[in-house]
Amino acid sequence: MIPLTWSLALSAVLFTIGVVGVLVRRNALVIFMSIELMLNAANLAFVAFAQQMNSLDGQIFVFFVMTVAAAEVAVGLAIIVNVFRLRETIFVDEINLLKG
Amino acid sequence: MLWIIPALPLAAVLLNLLFGDRLGKRGTSVLACGAVILAFMAALRAVLQLAGIPEEDRRIVETLYTWMRVGDFSANVSFLLDPLSAIMVLVVTGVGSLIHVYSTAYMAEDPSFRRFFMYLNLFMFAMLTLVLADNYLLMFVGWEGVGLCSYLLIGFWYEKHSATEAGKKAFIVNRIGDFGFILGLFFLINWTGSVDYERVFAAAPHLFPIGGIAITAATLLLFLGATGKSAQLPLFVWLPDAMEGPTPVSALIHAATMVTAGVYMVVRSHVLFQMAPFTLEVIAIVGAATALMAATIGLAQNDIKRVLAYSTVSQLGYMFFACGVGAFGAGIFHVMTHAFFKALLFLGAGSVIHGMHHEQDMRRMGGLAGKMPVTHMTMLIATIAIAGIPPFAGFFSKDEILAAAFSSGHFPIWIAGLIGAVMTAFYMFRLYILTFRGEPRFIEHAGHDAQGHGAHTDEPHGQGHPVHESPAAMTIPLVILAVLSIIGGFVGMPFQEGGHLLERWLRPVLESAGGLPHSVGHQLSHATEWALIGLSVAIAGFGIFMAFRVYLQRPSLATSLRERFAGLHNALIHKYWVDEFYDAIAVKPIYRLSQWLWRFFDEKIVDGIVNGVGYTLEGGSAILRLFQTGYVGTYALFITLGVLALFLHILRS
Repeated sequence: MIPLTWSLALSAVLFTIGVVGVLVRRNALVIFMSIELMLNAANLAFVAFAQQMNSLDGQIFVFFVMTVAAAEVAVGLAIIVNVFRLRETIFVDEINLLKG
Repeated sequence: MLWIIPALPLAAVLLNLLFGDRLGKRGTSVLACGAVILAFMAALRAVLQLAGIPEEDRRIVETLYTWMRVGDFSANVSFLLDPLSAIMVLVVTGVGSLIHVYSTAYMAEDPSFRRFFMYLNLFMFAMLTLVLADNYLLMFVGWEGVGLCSYLLIGFWYEKHSATEAGKKAFIVNRIGDFGFILGLFFLINWTGSVDYERVFAAAPHLFPIGGIAITAATLLLFLGATGKSAQLPLFVWLPDAMEGPTPVSALIHAATMVTAGVYMVVRSHVLFQMAPFTLEVIAIVGAATALMAATIGLAQNDIKRVLAYSTVSQLGYMFFACGVGAFGAGIFHVMTHAFFKALLFLGAGSVIHGMHHEQDMRRMGGLAGKMPVTHMTMLIATIAIAGIPPFAGFFSKDEILAAAFSSGHFPIWIAGLIGAVMTAFYMFRLYILTFRGEPRFIEHAGHDAQGHGAHTDEPHGQGHPVHESPAAMTIPLVILAVLSIIGGFVGMPFQEGGHLLERWLRPVLESAGGLPHSVGHQLSHATEWALIGLSVAIAGFGIFMAFRVYLQRPSLATSLRERFAGLHNALIHKYWVDEFYDAIAVKPIYRLSQWLWRFFDEKIVDGIVNGVGYTLEGGSAILRLFQTGYVGTYALFITLGVLALFLHILRS
């Protein structure tokens, strides 16, 4: 039986890696993957708590999150493909048309 | 049917405004003159009707409608014809008709012919409202209306800078007087609760003690209004400048009618003024001082119209000191005769200016008698009339005023009047001689400018056109006015039992309230009166003799006199520097204050606040704009920082 603290620590580490990835990477695809990482860090925390509390609610939530993530990937990848077609780049620091 | 009298000129204004462009010059003249002549006939009919009413209730009141009703206060639009307004209405419409006819020829070449006649008719409407009004409020409407028309007509040739300046000056100076008038009006409304002449005059004796502070203040304020409109000290400065307007305007507005509105107002309010002896003293002194001062300035002016302007100021001074010594009837008598001969003088001067192709400087005239016979004869008649030689009109009225000053014991004022009379005779005959007698000076004008004092820099007289007599439309009014200037004084023939014709006619008005003696001129014995008449004729004769001697027989005398009294002459040429004085004490400070308000208060403070709001927002948004970089990463960073801050906050609490 893995203690809860370990699972939560792993979840926190994964989430932080995701955040840093979003912040520092230029490639939209990598940013996208980092977001997925954050979602999965959250999933891990859900599952860990579900097991600790002997409740299925957390596990059900994980399915919701995975569904949302799938939908997000579909929309997000479509946007990225279109951006690439227009600008021939997917580096986010070259896409700044919406500035004040 | 009193309303028809002011309504006719107003209708002509409207018709000319709407259809004038289709009527042409001829149609416009017919319309404008016709309206005024019809108004004169309507006035004549109404006055005849008035004369048929027994003396005790000789007044016609006609109320058109209630103008306003506020609480207990109400004001009507209603007209009053009584012996006093009858004289004014006849003078205004009669002289007005002649001047309208004259103008059709004088202004014939002017491109703004229609505008001129619309203004002139509008003036007639306002002036008739003024004299026919039944209450002070309606009188004030007319009062302001004539002021407006005066402004419009002085600045009629608005391409000329001096004309617009003169119009502005007249308007602003009159505002000062009107402010006094309207304050006086507020006093009266406050105390008597009414603006109707009849109710104010009936209430006044019960409300105010004679010579009380309240009535003195109210009448002084009303008189301030009169000094503005009638060009008395200290507000006379606009009238000489008003000569920038076309000459018929000077004749109608600035000699015969509008400027006498102040006198009319004082006479109309004589019930109030008689209750304030101090005010009457002030009026007498101001009138006499103005008469004297304006006459001295008139001695040295070279512009034919300016001499007449100062002469008008001086004659208005006579009217006022007549009122001031209690001879209100004599004041109105002089208003009437003055309207005849001064209108004639101005129209004659206009005829000369017309014939000389817009030359106004008398130093470039002379010897016109043969070239303009009708103008010459009529001008001579008017000059004799104003100088005060019997049996011409001016003699009777001026003599009555002087006799009233003498018999009421105002000897300094009487002496001032006599000195003024000498100077009047002198400067008027100076004008006559310089214009019509002697050698013509207008061909070789350049060499004759030796006496030039730089006051006039008119363009040289066009030498291509011969000097000519004016057309009939101009000379016929001159002849009619000349006849009136001869016979107009007969209504005031002295030595008649129970007062002369005019005095008997005015009695219902001037004795209606209070029962105070109004005319003191006839308490004198016949012998004294003869002596006074002899004196004033002798004095006028002396003035005329001097004028002939100095300007016709020995022109060198004029030069040597001028050199001997160079300082005085300089003061007269510069009109005692009154304009410069007002400029320094009033115009410049106000101008500087306005400059400050404009440059500092408006531009810095008012605009500063408004612009400041704008600049703040602009600056603020410039900073905020920095946050919207367009880089997704930046936004993600802000979101992360925000979440972290929130996280820390929750953990700490």
